[in-house]
Amino acid sequence: MSRLWTMVQRDLRLALRHGSDSLTVVGFFVLTVTLFPFGLGPESNLLERTSAGILWVTALLASMLSLDRLFLSDYEDGSLELMALTPTSLEILVFGKIIAHWLTTALPVIVAAPILALLLHLQADGFVTLLLTLLLGTPTLSLIGAMGAALVLGARRGGVLLSLLILPLYVPVLIFAVGAVDAAVQGLPVRGHLLILGGLLLAALPLAPLATVAGLRQAVE
Amino acid sequence: MAMPMTISQFPALLHAEGLACRRGERLIFEGLRLNVPEGGALLLLGPNGSGKSSLLRVLAGLLRAHAGSVHWAGRPLADDREAHAGRVHYVGHQDALKTVLTVRENLLFWSRLQDPDVSPARVEAALAAMALAPLADLPVQLLSAGQRRRLALARLLAAEAPLWLLDEPSVGLDLASVGRLEAMLAAHRATGGVVVLSTHVDLDLPDAQILQLDHFVPKFRPIAEMGQEAWL
Repeated sequence: MSRLWTMVQRDLRLALRHGSDSLTVVGFFVLTVTLFPFGLGPESNLLERTSAGILWVTALLASMLSLDRLFLSDYEDGSLELMALTPTSLEILVFGKIIAHWLTTALPVIVAAPILALLLHLQADGFVTLLLTLLLGTPTLSLIGAMGAALVLGARRGGVLLSLLILPLYVPVLIFAVGAVDAAVQGLPVRGHLLILGGLLLAALPLAPLATVAGLRQAVE
Repeated sequence: MAMPMTISQFPALLHAEGLACRRGERLIFEGLRLNVPEGGALLLLGPNGSGKSSLLRVLAGLLRAHAGSVHWAGRPLADDREAHAGRVHYVGHQDALKTVLTVRENLLFWSRLQDPDVSPARVEAALAAMALAPLADLPVQLLSAGQRRRLALARLLAAEAPLWLLDEPSVGLDLASVGRLEAMLAAHRATGGVVVLSTHVDLDLPDAQILQLDHFVPKFRPIAEMGQEAWL
């Protein structure tokens, strides 16, 4: 457990000193979302109806931005080999890295989302649900993304390959998250959608680190 | 972690039999056998590409052997990779340091992963032993290659592990630091630890066994041809 914390701590410190990685992600999110009103026109009806979709698709693309860096620097400087030689399961360390990744990339996006939702005229009823879906959905994105990042490690043009691999896996999260916000706006119950999002997270929580470690071991050999 | 239970009555602590290693489509070595007793040292020699690094990685459990088996204190390594990982200190070609973290932060991180209860005093002592104490608060970015190497070697002292696998540990070190390394190795062996290392320079390793890796190159391929490629 303390090893998990050691890992999280180091990655947070690295993210803080580098800074640019998490700023890029949230910057991309903010800029891309603000482009939509320009592209679609200032018609508030249209924006209102599409706002949940716009926010979620952009959040999803933003979360992909930093994924290829997740294991790459550790792979290149030999840290990954040493992590594999730690007297604990590599899954724990990988889980720590995923937590740090979520905290540094997804959390700023979640913080920025309500402000941007305002910009897109999302109805007041949708706000809480939007935040809930982001809180439940983005950890799943980080977990699935780590799996992809481990698989493409060492491949050339890994970034492109990565998006091809994991975007299809992101689709269920997208569907139920946007569905929940739409339901909330229309005054329908959102419980079902949220439960499915929670279920996806619970499934990814144990499975994704296992798959990630399998990929990393392959890369280290 | 205290100096373990594994140091016991077994004559050969580290033992390998019929070891073969394949990289891609080619066998690098085969039929390799080694026996290192408690407190022993094994020096790997051979031209570039003869499989020194690969052998070290097999012994660490990072690389799967193509054939044969490695035993520690009579138990096969493949039985429990995690337990083996806890016994190993591996220093490879790469220093595994984060350039934006300070010297102390780097060392603390690795020693905490190895042993969560490591005392800060021990980490400071390791820094001092490698003459890094004055640099402890500098980011690794500002260190020279030799200083980075010394920091990588300081990991050996900051947490306990009976088996040291060192891949050309003296690269980039100045004479004084080579002396420190030799002293470290001697002290480790005096407590019953095992050292396996590859090197191209002379290191003072009293009574070290020597393993010439080019003797285990499969017969059908001339060594001259193998020297052309470096398998890291």
